[in-house]
Amino acid sequence: MDEILLQILNGLDKGGAYALIALGLTLTFGTLGVVNFAHGALFMLGAFVAVSVQNILTISERVRDESITFFEAYKEVPYLEIWWGETGTMIIDYVVPISILVAIPVMLLIGVAMERGLIKHFYKRTHAEQILVTFGLAIVLQEIVKANFGANPIPTPAPDIVSGSAPVGAWLGLSENLVYPYWRMIYLAFAAVIIFGVFAFLRFTTFGMVVRAGMADRETVGLLGINVQRRFTIVFGLAAVVAGLAGVMYTPILPPDYHMGMDFLVLSFVVVVVGGMGSLEGAVLAGFLLGILQSFASMNEVKQILPGIDQVIIYLVAVVVLLVRPRGLLGREGVMED
Amino acid sequence: MKDLLKSNMAVMVIFTVVVLTAPIWLEPIGASYPDLLQKFAIFGVFAIGFNILFGLTGYLSFGHAAFLGVGSYTAVWSFKLLSMNVLPAIIFAVIVSGLFSLVIGFISLRRSGIYFSILTLAFAQMSYSLAYSVLTPITNGETGLQLTLNDPRVVDGMFGIPVTNSLPSTNFFGISMSGYSGFYFCAVFLIIAFYISLKIFRSPYGMKLLAIKSNQTRMKYTGFNTRPYLLSAFVISGMFAGLAGSLMAVTDPLAGAERMQWTASGEVVLMTILGGMGTLIGPLLGVGIIKYFENIFSALNEAALHEAFSFLPEFLGNIMVVIANPFVGEGWHLTLGALFMIVVIFLPGGVMEGIGRIAKLFRKDKAGSDVLTEDVVASSSEKTDGGKS
Repeated sequence: MDEILLQILNGLDKGGAYALIALGLTLTFGTLGVVNFAHGALFMLGAFVAVSVQNILTISERVRDESITFFEAYKEVPYLEIWWGETGTMIIDYVVPISILVAIPVMLLIGVAMERGLIKHFYKRTHAEQILVTFGLAIVLQEIVKANFGANPIPTPAPDIVSGSAPVGAWLGLSENLVYPYWRMIYLAFAAVIIFGVFAFLRFTTFGMVVRAGMADRETVGLLGINVQRRFTIVFGLAAVVAGLAGVMYTPILPPDYHMGMDFLVLSFVVVVVGGMGSLEGAVLAGFLLGILQSFASMNEVKQILPGIDQVIIYLVAVVVLLVRPRGLLGREGVMED
Repeated sequence: MKDLLKSNMAVMVIFTVVVLTAPIWLEPIGASYPDLLQKFAIFGVFAIGFNILFGLTGYLSFGHAAFLGVGSYTAVWSFKLLSMNVLPAIIFAVIVSGLFSLVIGFISLRRSGIYFSILTLAFAQMSYSLAYSVLTPITNGETGLQLTLNDPRVVDGMFGIPVTNSLPSTNFFGISMSGYSGFYFCAVFLIIAFYISLKIFRSPYGMKLLAIKSNQTRMKYTGFNTRPYLLSAFVISGMFAGLAGSLMAVTDPLAGAERMQWTASGEVVLMTILGGMGTLIGPLLGVGIIKYFENIFSALNEAALHEAFSFLPEFLGNIMVVIANPFVGEGWHLTLGALFMIVVIFLPGGVMEGIGRIAKLFRKDKAGSDVLTEDVVASSSEKTDGGKS
């Protein structure tokens, strides 16, 4: 029982990341009809916004280390600490939450620039060409990050106050051994908030209504005198923000490196396909489902029966779903189906 | 000239001469050393095979590197278990990768468009992660499969080839497969591969594949079963990839899982696109350009750049170095990605389309088209109805 609960919890945070990335991918596909292979790169860029904020906050001065008296020793002290003492230390500690505030405008800007600068010209091209050009873009973004930040993962810790683990087992009256890191719990809650936010935005605002109408029948909405294109551009920016925030929040769980986008991209595409191309609910559902499945597959008991299953489970599910139910779990009839 | 290129015989003679004299005419640009020549030939085989699938049928596979990897592993196992002779290794590699692609193609080809791309990608990633983890007894995991001193090599033993204290090298009935002989060996396979591709392009079979690309639904409505054609094209290109993989093992007998990663699949896609998909020699041009510049660019560094721009005034030279520096050496992949984007944006037909456009400028009668570029024209004219369904 403990074991099962633990695996579900473990799967949820990874599933949250998948769901967030897949949500953006589906939004882009549903509105603009573009298959965006650079979406993983947006996730990675989000993570590196956090890294950049951390780098900026910890710009340091070399000062004499007074605690060592034998020889002249120096240590790096961030300016923030020199200026504001305790407050400065606290600001540095809360680097990830601060990065969220920075990431929203930055990612929106990147997303809109990307759509206006590149994706716009590819609406009428084939899917193969869209895949290729965004694949190229992903490589370029990835290499730029690599050139600036190096190839090694950069640790970006969560605030101290939430660095421990929550005794989930004790709360539920189960075993004491069942613990779950606070940050992952926060990630899960964060993912849920973002997902509900996006859905509420699309469901309850006029803007969202127009976007949904445009997804269903772009031409008619255009004929009604509404500038669908501009709204879709904003939706692309929104998708970029969602991916970026997923990246920012994921940094304490996985120290970001330049190819994390590619790793998540392939999986997220599988998630989108399993959920159903163009279905937002499907993307979210499939994201969590596959995350949980993956963590169950990495249990030792399962691995003993089926060695290597943890590596391939997601792809295996994708293959089965595509062959049995090509439109995906919740896909609409007739979307990309043949 | 035009009639000459219409004859298969003439094309093959020209191609053979060009390939076999490559060490001579590549000399002036410093690309005539065996290592690079071998790469040209091997990736040429790979890209030609990929082009048969992607160029003719329009099915974009993102998993072809898996077949390459399978070919490499099979070849190295043949070296380990049977003989250091390269012939059995190549035969086995082609057979095994053919079977492997038959299975994957059978499943993946049930879907088309982006679903096909994702299915092939999923299979390739599965193979890659399995090769790294569970299949370690077969693939030797991260270290990669290598020759060892106590490999059995049954057939070599039967023929009484003496066991030495050093690792044996691959050979073709006694001819060592390193240096130029390795290149010529690969070149022979490149010529054969090109011949097969030429035959396919100019056959009713190739026409049917092209018809599938331009409108599969219409083909189906006329009562034409497209599945066997797609599957056979997929298997042929998988076997070409396996052949390329085994040739890699021939010139350097080791195999690693990173050959199967999806970025490796992306590379062959890029080569094909850059040269011109759906054309006969386009993919080869793409291979040549990418492998050549990879070689040059990744070897450059800041000092070399300063030298290269030394003809400019110092001030301008420094600016050029600052601009160019991120693109060379370690940054070669950045150049590759940028190149990829530029080609897809501005020249979807690749270099061959560029040549075709330039040729058109100089030609007076615009109705006639060059034999080598006619395929490009065919493939660019149906761009309006591809993919979006």
